[in-house]
Amino acid sequence: MHPLKDKACIVGVGETAYTRGTDRSVLNQMLRAATSALDDAGLKPHDIDGIVTAMPTPTVEHLAANLGIPDLRYSASSNIGGAAAVAALQTGAMAIALGLANTVLVPVGWNAFSGGGVRGAGRSGAMRLPPSFGLTMSEYYMPFGLAVPVQWLAWLTTRYLHEYQVPLEGPAAVAVAARKHAQLNEKAYMRGRPLTLEDYRNARMITEPFRLFDCCLETDGACAVILSSAERAPDLRKCPVYIAGAAEGHPLPADDIPGRREFLKIGLSFATPRALAMAEVKIEDLDFVQIYDCFTHIVLLELEALGICKAGEAGQFVQNGRIELGGDLPFNTHGGLLAEAHVAGLNHVAEATRQLRRECGARQVANAELGVVTGFGDFGDGSLLVLRR
Amino acid sequence: MARRETDQRLLPPMRGLAHDFYSFCKEHELRFQKCSRCGRWRHVPREMCPDCGSFDYEWAKSSGRGQVFSWASTDQPMLPQFADAVPYAIAIVELEEGVRMASWVVDVPPNELTIGLPVVVVFDDITSGVTLPKFRRLQA
Repeated sequence: MHPLKDKACIVGVGETAYTRGTDRSVLNQMLRAATSALDDAGLKPHDIDGIVTAMPTPTVEHLAANLGIPDLRYSASSNIGGAAAVAALQTGAMAIALGLANTVLVPVGWNAFSGGGVRGAGRSGAMRLPPSFGLTMSEYYMPFGLAVPVQWLAWLTTRYLHEYQVPLEGPAAVAVAARKHAQLNEKAYMRGRPLTLEDYRNARMITEPFRLFDCCLETDGACAVILSSAERAPDLRKCPVYIAGAAEGHPLPADDIPGRREFLKIGLSFATPRALAMAEVKIEDLDFVQIYDCFTHIVLLELEALGICKAGEAGQFVQNGRIELGGDLPFNTHGGLLAEAHVAGLNHVAEATRQLRRECGARQVANAELGVVTGFGDFGDGSLLVLRR
Repeated sequence: MARRETDQRLLPPMRGLAHDFYSFCKEHELRFQKCSRCGRWRHVPREMCPDCGSFDYEWAKSSGRGQVFSWASTDQPMLPQFADAVPYAIAIVELEEGVRMASWVVDVPPNELTIGLPVVVVFDDITSGVTLPKFRRLQA
């Protein structure tokens, strides 16, 4: 048995309201989300002895100072964009499994709307780019006018659509399912705003082939997750959710898209067999999937990387309600980045946890026992958590 | 004046291996690193060969011919410096030597690009100090 399997549990999840417009700093919201997650677990700030962040700022030091943590024994940061939240949980689980920490906080906060978001990334110039890919970007892409995810992921998607005849109804089904699920989630930014296939088709083009509703939201807010050991978790407030498997993976090379020999092989392709083997489960066993949905076409690529369908077939697979609640494999039951909020995917972990605790009311997946959460970041870095109750 | 130019054009930082790559472009030569041990061509430039681990390479001259591998068309101004250029496409061009790079196909509008379109390099002297390698359609 893998030494990380089932050693750490998610014992608390929490978040702020998801809004467009806030007077609160990112740090303030992360601390509020952390407090909410601690309440959920029945723990206090001083119980935390490990912090793993998933963005360069605010730092572990800022968080620990505000929370008044008396003895921070473990800190780390994962900086692989949208794959970092899930990868941070892997790192946190490792710290717990090795006894380096007992209670680990993983927080993510982002004022993506009020802070200018990704749309503003190009405008702020090369100096503000994340170091993980900023060098390639500033030297070889930005001089040609490429600076934001909707552009570099269009490289992948244009080629994907060329290699496989993916019907428009594929990405449309992803957008419609996410929005449908958001109607059942009181926290979802898009609650009260359903989306039809016609709305999808008629929406303006952002960057070919991405229409408006292929693109995730930019919102303000924060989310937090508390990890503890499998020994201690049963004594806490809520039903423990076990980290049965975890892995990260990276495309080759991770810092340059055009140069990849296997152009459509994303990080999740590498991570999937590792995480499933660790958890000792098969992809067919899953009750739901929470997929990092920065763009609908990327969800299709991830479904293929997970081995849920073969290369080029996800666009067919997702149709006819198959990924909706009540379908064969419900996806993003909270609405995801497309319809709940963009908290860099930590909200997907919170939702998976609540599904496995069976707290989700009208959007509950019946008898949910096993699910996965994916991350997708930067130029295609990937991460995967296998969670069970 | 030079600073203003920089602010407006998003010029590549002329340092390290990028300095070497763009210096050849300024001479209107498209050159890529070619491993001195295993002979593999590579781009973007690297300190060592990801295939064989050698630190030795030459800047080998490309034929400049290739074909369109993929592209990202940009219909809305994502960057203020390129607001006047929309619609444009950042193409991925696969050179005959096997390397791929981001660039433009200057004489083909985004909605007329096709995968496999044969192209050949042209040089765009965007400032007195910086030249970008771009491509045009290669007539059969």
